Amino acid sequence: MIALPAPLLSVRDVVMRFGGVVALGGVSFDVAPNQICGLIGPNGSGKTTLFNCISGIYRYAEGDIVFDGTSLTGVKRHRMAGRGIGRTFQNVALFRSLSVRQNILVGAHHLGRSGFIANALRLPIVRAEEAAAAARLDALLDLLDLARVADSPAGSLPFPTQKRVELARALIGAPKLLLLDEPAGGLNHAEVDELAALLDRIRGPFNLTILLVEHHMSLVMRVSEQVVALEFGRKIADGTPAEVRREPEVIRAYLGETAEEDLRHAASA
Amino acid sequence: MDADRTVSSGRFGLTQALGMGAFLAVMVGFAFIADSYHLFQLTMVVAYAVAVLGLTLLTGYTGQISLGQGAFFAIGSYSTAILMANYDWPYWATLPVAAAVSALVGFLIGFPALRLGGLYLALTTFALAVSVPQILKVNALSDFTGGVQGLTMDKAEAPFGLPLTGDQWIYLFSLGVGCLMFLLAWNLTRGRTGRAMMAVREQAVAAEAMGVGLAALKIRTFAVSAMITGIGGALSAIAVQFVAPDSFNFFLSITLFVGLVVGGVDSIPGALFGGAFIEFIPNIANDISKAAPGAIYGAILIGFMFALPRGVGGGVMAMLRRARRRPLPEVR
Repeated sequence: MIALPAPLLSVRDVVMRFGGVVALGGVSFDVAPNQICGLIGPNGSGKTTLFNCISGIYRYAEGDIVFDGTSLTGVKRHRMAGRGIGRTFQNVALFRSLSVRQNILVGAHHLGRSGFIANALRLPIVRAEEAAAAARLDALLDLLDLARVADSPAGSLPFPTQKRVELARALIGAPKLLLLDEPAGGLNHAEVDELAALLDRIRGPFNLTILLVEHHMSLVMRVSEQVVALEFGRKIADGTPAEVRREPEVIRAYLGETAEEDLRHAASA
Repeated sequence: MDADRTVSSGRFGLTQALGMGAFLAVMVGFAFIADSYHLFQLTMVVAYAVAVLGLTLLTGYTGQISLGQGAFFAIGSYSTAILMANYDWPYWATLPVAAAVSALVGFLIGFPALRLGGLYLALTTFALAVSVPQILKVNALSDFTGGVQGLTMDKAEAPFGLPLTGDQWIYLFSLGVGCLMFLLAWNLTRGRTGRAMMAVREQAVAAEAMGVGLAALKIRTFAVSAMITGIGGALSAIAVQFVAPDSFNFFLSITLFVGLVVGGVDSIPGALFGGAFIEFIPNIANDISKAAPGAIYGAILIGFMFALPRGVGGGVMAMLRRARRRPLPEVR
């Protein structure tokens, strides 16, 4: 047996309850560095709950999440970016009245150290930080084709463009792990293809590991090396897309007949 | 397109520098052409503008509604007045103390503010505004505060034998302090901290995911906002040479809020218009109708809101954008 690299993200027996409802009943899986892991499951299966546990929005009752060698249990939400976890949001959570440029720069917040006094006095450290952030920003504006709209208020842009702004805002912080919450939601067929190409293009240069919650089956199956399937807060499958696709429980519980056709379609494409 | 990329709120070009220089020259020039009454009025414009500036940072940038900013104004005023009247401090030496005391109170008010949002925060700060004049009247403190009678201070004079009247000097002194406050606020808002403030206003959950610590940011913003408004209060105390509890009733807080909205909530230069509105509009309303100045004031206010729904600052920005005839970016 070949030695596997140490996982970047290790979810261990995580239990999350809301009142009496068990949203996650002891979920475990590992994600290796530089992998794209798709997290699938029907509505209410616990995907988003797990996502929110990893990004610190929910506090899980039991279990542990280990990221890059250290536990995330009890780590404050605003420390996650500094730990190397970036994210996007299901329905896009941009700072709507700020320009695209300002939105993306906020993503670099955790890279800076300057506080109120340094900023008010515009000390050299502030200028240095601003210059460093601006250089990263310009590269991202070009990479994600946002240069033309850099000074527009983010809220005025079409939805697919807003999604790219959100991606840029996450990327400027140089995350090791990128959490994407339904990145294909609200996109048409061609836009989903573009998204898949984009993920493929950025993962290498940004040295990214990606955890992807997605309903869009063909996207998940196409871009992921690993797929984890959840149902009712439990893991029912974990493996390569081909393995998960064959798993009878997945077919029964999640895919159903329509999605199965979808999958065959994706497999033949 | 490249020209567009250079247009951004944080940069300061030659045109802006010239405009700023001309504006300052005019403001300084007033010291030598205005009579003492008008100089007093202009000094008060500066004091109110600084007070509104504090509110701009807190409410305009960070989205924390304060209906109690008058309390910080009062605390700054009284800090200066107590030191000048009771301990014979020179007026200029009281400013750092007024700043520190106001900042401390703002810092403490920031803690309950963490758990409260929107309308509840508005009510909490309103409660502060209502209680401060009462506290200033308390008998146990009257040795310090002068109780209901308040405190009277000596008039400040020009230092170093400068050939300036006291009114001229106090105006120029206030203008200098005001410029410093505007410079600090402008610096604060155009970099990392300012972006974090606006991010919290727009989308707190996303701001946190980007690494912005909400608690630390809100508390510090409260402290800075209170400090700047407190310095405005100190400047007004030096100019008026008198403080009394009833000058700082809750109506002052509402007035500062009006100044904020009229100037443009998230406009740093707009705070100056807000200060001018606070100082001049009640007088103008009084000149128009002695019988019902409140009604005239209300009518002027409504007129402003219709003509400039985003305040003077927002309106001017929109006009500049039209003047530059920047085409809307092609949206993809």
